[in-house]
Amino acid sequence: MWPLTAISLDIYYNELGAEPVKKIMNHFGEWTLIFICLTLSMSPLKRFTKLSIWIKLRRMLGLFVFFYASIHLLAYIGLDYRFDWQPILNDVLKKKYIFIGFSAWLLLIPLSITSSQKMMKILKNKWKILHKLIYVIAVFGSLHYIWLSKTIFFKPLIYSIIIVVLLALRIKIKNKDINYG
Amino acid sequence: MKKIKYSEITPEKIYLKRREFVKKLGFSTGSLIIGQNMIGDAFAANDNLQEKITERRYVTTYNNYYEFGTRKSDPVEKSQNFKTSPWNIAINGEVEKNITLTVDEIKSSFPIEERIYRLRCVEGWSMVIPWMGFSLKKLLEKASPNGKAKFVEFTTVFDPEQMPGQRYPILKWPYKEGLRIDEAMHPLTTIVTGLYGKELPNQNGAPLRLIVPWKYGFKSSKAIVNIKLVEKMPTSSWMQASPKEYGFYSNVNPRVDHPRWSQASERVIGSGILSERIPTTMFNGYGDQVANLYSGMDLKKNF
Ligand code: HEM
Repeated sequence: MWPLTAISLDIYYNELGAEPVKKIMNHFGEWTLIFICLTLSMSPLKRFTKLSIWIKLRRMLGLFVFFYASIHLLAYIGLDYRFDWQPILNDVLKKKYIFIGFSAWLLLIPLSITSSQKMMKILKNKWKILHKLIYVIAVFGSLHYIWLSKTIFFKPLIYSIIIVVLLALRIKIKNKDINYG
Repeated sequence: MKKIKYSEITPEKIYLKRREFVKKLGFSTGSLIIGQNMIGDAFAANDNLQEKITERRYVTTYNNYYEFGTRKSDPVEKSQNFKTSPWNIAINGEVEKNITLTVDEIKSSFPIEERIYRLRCVEGWSMVIPWMGFSLKKLLEKASPNGKAKFVEFTTVFDPEQMPGQRYPILKWPYKEGLRIDEAMHPLTTIVTGLYGKELPNQNGAPLRLIVPWKYGFKSSKAIVNIKLVEKMPTSSWMQASPKEYGFYSNVNPRVDHPRWSQASERVIGSGILSERIPTTMFNGYGDQVANLYSGMDLKKNF
């Protein structure tokens, strides 16, 4: 909830600077990406610490990804474009960074719907496969950030490196499983 | 393509044209230099909108100036110790005489006037800024461009010691920009030496920068050290970085989208969280004065 509190205080004290709408949008965009990274860290953490608490946290973190991504999207649609659908549609179809961001958000929907224990039990193995979509979402999210930057920027690169490392950890783990398996 | 040769524009015509736009700005000729305290109430007008001058705190803290870093706050934070004196500007290339002038010489050679222009950034935001300066044409004429001078290339200082952004390959340094000679000779094309009735702050391109109000902001080079008249179209740093996104002309044009951003509308800086985007106008509202430079040109192709 911290990100929400921080921005609310900024709005209240008029601390958002020259482009408040952009600032709000970017704030939630960045927190979406941070929560994606946190969500992806949970199963490696479980491996290294052998504690299962991480997996319990994972669901909540994942839902936060969807929560912040939705506010991010809403800020863009509502604050920036005032629900003026024509330019929004144009952006989604023609601007590749919006297209991929929007795709990431769409992919988050089935993950959120099936996040409960109950759905996990119903879907069984399929749940595992379905929730691998978070890897795709993570890659889309970092591409979104890279593509919206005008040239080589520091922050999108850092996030991309973190995401690549987190995904690479999984490949290694798998290989180990195969070796021992 | 119909071009007005700059030699055809007599000083008198320029004077009349300038009076015309001064009138548009809503000032009488007598009160061109206005104090900072008056500025809050001043308006800049263009064809279809009346807009408020952007607050100074935004003009001086929200800048794209990658020599100092890519964040909007980098220029103000990292440029305060930037040394702008002594500073020489060389005007050379296809000219009758190469000249090198100090900033002080330039400032004292021409009457400095207040010019309130809209600034439209390619990222989709805009400001209205009271610059202090004079037409670039006057400076170029000091060096007498020769018949081969078809384009003008502007080079920003290269000094990675003082400009942290230049230590990274964000763009090809030094920053280069260019104009066609008739664009450079247009009376709206301004050499800027001041802002808000005062010295030009470092983060806004001190000691001397360009302003081309009908083009996207990045065309207006900052901290210029060299103005070179050339025969061939120069390649700007942005064209080199991404030729599909940034063309040589880069005129403000709501009908030609940038691959990243729609250019149909813009956010007005300082207008607050609840205000809407406003539609972007052709040539940033200066069409009546500059459209003739491009008659017969396909502006979709020559973006
Ligand atoms: C998983 C989904 C998403 C993630 C992780 C994400 C992440 C980000 C990040 C990190 C930024 C930049 C923040 C900054 O510059 O400080 C950003 C900006 C932005 N995002 Fe997203 N985003 C997502 C979905 C979307 C969606 C669905 C849309 C709209 C359809 C969207 C539209 C934008 C826009 C318009 C910007 C501002 C671009 C600019 O600076 O001009 N994003 N996003």
